[in-house]
Amino acid sequence: MAKATHLDRRGFLKGAALGAAAGATTIVSAPLAAAATPKAESAPEAPPLSPLITGQALATETAPLPEDAGFVVNDPGSDFMVDVIKSLGFEYIASNPSSSFRGIHESFLHYGSNKGPEWITCLHEEVSVNIANGYYAVEGKPMAVMTFAPCGMMHASMGILGSFVGHIPTFVLCSSILDAVERRPSTDWWEHAVMDPAAMVRDITKWDDTPVSLQHFAESSVRAYKMAMTEPRGPVMIVVDGGMAEKPNPNHSKLHIPKLTLDTPPVGDPNAIAELAKWLVAAENPVIVAGDVASGEEGSKLLVELAETLQAPVMGGGRSMPNHHPLAGGANLGTADMILALNEISLFNVLNDYRDQAVRYSTPRLKPGTKIVTISSYDLFQKSNYQAVDRFQEVDMAIAGDPEATLPSLIEACKKLITADKRTAYDARGKRFASAWAQAHERAKVECTYGWDASPISTQRLSMELYDVIKDKDWALVGPNSNRLWNFDKFYRRQGDVGSGGGVGGDFPCTIGGALAHKKHGRLVVSMQKDGDMMFVNNAMWTAVHHKIPMLIVMLNNRAYHQEVMHLQRMANRRQRGVESFAMGAPGVFIREPNIDFAMLAKSMGAYAEGPISNPNDLRPALLRAVEQVEKGQVALLDTITQPR
Amino acid sequence: MRFVLMIVMLAFAGSVQLHAQAPGAPAGNVENGKKLFVNRACFQCHGYVGQGGQAGARLTQRNFSWNYFVSYIRKPSGQMVPYTAKVLPEQEVADIYAWIKSLPPPPAVNTIPALKDLK
Repeated sequence: MAKATHLDRRGFLKGAALGAAAGATTIVSAPLAAAATPKAESAPEAPPLSPLITGQALATETAPLPEDAGFVVNDPGSDFMVDVIKSLGFEYIASNPSSSFRGIHESFLHYGSNKGPEWITCLHEEVSVNIANGYYAVEGKPMAVMTFAPCGMMHASMGILGSFVGHIPTFVLCSSILDAVERRPSTDWWEHAVMDPAAMVRDITKWDDTPVSLQHFAESSVRAYKMAMTEPRGPVMIVVDGGMAEKPNPNHSKLHIPKLTLDTPPVGDPNAIAELAKWLVAAENPVIVAGDVASGEEGSKLLVELAETLQAPVMGGGRSMPNHHPLAGGANLGTADMILALNEISLFNVLNDYRDQAVRYSTPRLKPGTKIVTISSYDLFQKSNYQAVDRFQEVDMAIAGDPEATLPSLIEACKKLITADKRTAYDARGKRFASAWAQAHERAKVECTYGWDASPISTQRLSMELYDVIKDKDWALVGPNSNRLWNFDKFYRRQGDVGSGGGVGGDFPCTIGGALAHKKHGRLVVSMQKDGDMMFVNNAMWTAVHHKIPMLIVMLNNRAYHQEVMHLQRMANRRQRGVESFAMGAPGVFIREPNIDFAMLAKSMGAYAEGPISNPNDLRPALLRAVEQVEKGQVALLDTITQPR
Repeated sequence: MRFVLMIVMLAFAGSVQLHAQAPGAPAGNVENGKKLFVNRACFQCHGYVGQGGQAGARLTQRNFSWNYFVSYIRKPSGQMVPYTAKVLPEQEVADIYAWIKSLPPPPAVNTIPALKDLK
């Protein structure tokens, strides 16, 4: 029989009123309640409880405890789980709390000392995952997320879709309470336990597992990390059983965490590469269409080397291709006789003009006979339900392999075939592209001047005033926006379009994740933030401020879901009705009346903020003040009212 | 007399502004064109001063003829939404055209600090 506590339980419960039968947790003494209630007020006295309820409460408090009624757990299972997660080298883990993972949460903080990984507090699970996505885009290594089934997982699923579409290896831990006996009555059933938690996101993850022992957890977690990082990369999920996490682990020292050994990236078939090199060298107007090629500065150098070897322009490429390189852009698909596409997921869209009119059709941009070759790892892993692909593009050769890993052999093969005559022809071609690039660059400056003094502020003015303030610093742009006049001379200057797969609401937390990765490098991080996207997930601002992630957020506040404004306009015009009524205020697409005060919103969460700013002459002084704050470690926001596009 | 001449000249200048007529185009009302550019949602893609952007081409300081302008609006070859005569009668097109043609040129690159020294 357990030792009674020193509390006089009978005395405590004397005259008690208890809602135990109804699940109540407050015990109030009826005589005490009566004494506390002013007699002058009209509050009615609590009705006395029945002898039955009082008796039940008394019995619960005074009944002898079972032999195995433990109060302390040494070496909980979750401590070992933290050992496993730490072995994988995560810098951060983003999360919104839940009781079903209270065990592992506490282990991360105390046993794990809240380091490697450090806990990042988020106010919504979609934000957690997208912060992780944005972090990976800059850091090049996965970040962990902790959430729970079903509610947290459902919130997180939008971010996980972003991971899936963006080939981002976000590592998601999802708690559930698998053993029904371990679940608290009612609370832990539909709110905290799902029989197959991963099923919700199985269509948008690369791999998942539900370990049922701690050794199983270790092996599955290491395998999951490996799967996530195998090309093509993608998100993975490991279910954390809340019961297993909270139980003692007497065998801690006997458990083993396997060594992590990542797969080398797949390289294109040597014979195919040799043939491709022949085609490329023989082509008169080759064009390289680049998707997500480089994983870092070295990958970018390889793409540049290929382009320079062939003096072939690179179309797209994002941050894989320095945009001020003379071979960046400038491609004319109409005159191309050879297309090399590298990890371009939307190749059909690139090579065809699509018309969204009452009758839809696509027109090829290429002339007949143009050869098309792809090098891509994306065909090595695809899912059917969420089809992160485009219309099927027929090609002449499809080489399965990671482009970055394959480029060295392709470059070498090309160099061996290039004769002196070919080199002379290439040099002439290169000069033409360089000249065209320079002219386009000057034209782009002139294009910026149109609407320069307009109010609302033109997006070009906003972009160039911002660049002028940061260009001489060690800056980095996060988020999907870009401008050809900005000199993205280093890979880290851009984050890429990492948030768009997560839909509206994906961008803002991705920018914060990117800023988190940039923080240790001391870079000045800036973003141009759309208002509609921000409003889905504005709570992410708090996370940035709380974790002292300095960044400058310049709003692209056009007070609308402007894509949808244009779509509705298209429908009205097509149907020849309502054009005027839609012009300024179609229901469902405008974010006005009231206008959102983003500066106030940001300040409410501790950020420095100014706005709304609609006079373009007020921009530069505001930007200078805001940058000064960011350089002091603040999050700063400028609410700038812009033209629609 | 000089005063009367001045008044007449000012009125003439005003009428030229109010009712502009580019070669080949019907006379258009510039002020009405400016209003229509907003009320018919042209600005949503082309910007409030026709500067263009991600979704629509620049219209200001472009050398397109009246015939090209009206035919493109009716049957765009690209992604632009079509404006049929039912939605935008020809006189309204003329007014918008007149307004676009009346837009002043932008400041020169070398007068803008953020652009002039840009590499």
